[in-house]
Amino acid sequence: MRITQGQFSYLPELTDKEIFAQVQYALDNDWPLSIEYTDDPHPRNTYWEMHALPMFDLADAAGVVKEINQARKDHPETYIRVNAYDASLSRQTVAMSYLVQRPTNEPGFRLERQESNDRVVRYTTHAYVTDRPSGQRYSAQ
Amino acid sequence: MTSKDDAGAAPKPVRQGFGAAPGRSKKPTSGSEPPEGAESDSEQSEPKPDLLPDDATVDLVKEREESGVDEVLAELDRELIGLVAVKQRISEIAALLLVDRARRQFGLESERPNLHMSFTGSPGTGKTTVAMRMAALLYRLGYLRRGHLVSVTRDDLVGQYVGHTAPKTKDVVKRAMGGLLFIDEAYYLYRPENERDYGQESIEILLQVMENDRDDLVVVLAGYAERMDIFFKSNPGMSSRIGHHLDFPEYEVDELVGIADLLLGQQNYRLAENADSVLRDYIGRRREQPRFANARSVRNALERARLRQARRLVDTDGEVSKDDLVTLTPDDFLGSRVFQDEPLN
Repeated sequence: MRITQGQFSYLPELTDKEIFAQVQYALDNDWPLSIEYTDDPHPRNTYWEMHALPMFDLADAAGVVKEINQARKDHPETYIRVNAYDASLSRQTVAMSYLVQRPTNEPGFRLERQESNDRVVRYTTHAYVTDRPSGQRYSAQ
Repeated sequence: MTSKDDAGAAPKPVRQGFGAAPGRSKKPTSGSEPPEGAESDSEQSEPKPDLLPDDATVDLVKEREESGVDEVLAELDRELIGLVAVKQRISEIAALLLVDRARRQFGLESERPNLHMSFTGSPGTGKTTVAMRMAALLYRLGYLRRGHLVSVTRDDLVGQYVGHTAPKTKDVVKRAMGGLLFIDEAYYLYRPENERDYGQESIEILLQVMENDRDDLVVVLAGYAERMDIFFKSNPGMSSRIGHHLDFPEYEVDELVGIADLLLGQQNYRLAENADSVLRDYIGRRREQPRFANARSVRNALERARLRQARRLVDTDGEVSKDDLVTLTPDDFLGSRVFQDEPLN
């Protein structure tokens, strides 16, 4: 199941050329970028691992794209996303966030029903891959 | 793993946020197989031009006008006094880049010229100024995407403890992408007296960048001639990766006077009629003294002349005209220390 998180996730995968253009757009707006990766696809998994430090004071997207390629090399078969942070007063939040890599196979989620008191049913989504320890989730497939 | 249990079949509240879009074509991307165009990401900012037929001609004059090179070169000529050899080399580089551009219209691929440079010369001979112009020039010619100048010294590149240098240098390199990385007093990067110095690590990263990322940035090393010689001798790899070694000569007295005129004009000052020869004499004397830093010394001398002028004006009865405010008289220069030992005859 192709998970959809962040911007552009209902569009076809961005090509590197498009990523370059998106990064340049963020830089033109003075938004510093950072790269994060994870192998836990749960939608509530908000805090991903950082790949290197956030990149401040860049002018050209080439530097970020190189770092993205480095992240792809260092963390194959994971989700990698690019965040652009808008630090301007009154916004101070992530302005852009999109995936630039996803694992080849995405097994998806299982729905768990927990029967609680008084016929109440609680629902949980459980990612199949999280049955395995972190680091072995996508590579073993 | 059956699709039955997938979130696609889940009730509404849970499905929100990651609902499977039915009918979407799956196009998995893996790290080892980046999507199309991944290899050529350095070229992607320039759209592929339509190739010209073999019998077509390219109007170089028009190309030249369109690129705006002449403006930059003219500005260089106007605002930089002297430096004939440097200007010559810059216009040669500009011509090469122009021809290269014309060649590309015919589909004649040639390797991108090596644009890394080293500027050697005494203090105050205009190395930084030329570097700034160079960034603008390469930007006009389309060889730099941004055309900004990132000026750094050893401090910005070399870390203070093990493992600190590489991220620091890489960070600077990333900042300079699309522009020009100007490393001032580059010889400080290499300290032979301390074999554990982290400068070497920084040099290695720079070497790698100069080789691999030459489409994305231009590195300019600057420093005093003798020490740069030692630096290049101990880092032969660095020297061979630099395409242009530009030497900035010492200024002649005439050129220094020209620079002084230019600086005064920029700051809305002018010399009194008889102050001209005094300034010339001052520069001639100052040039013989130790620690003379060419244009920088001239600028400092003018600063001090302004101070003396200000004191002179304040000490007068209080009524000053516009003319008084903009004019530097001989006395403003004669108060200098260089005239103390043997006064002007």
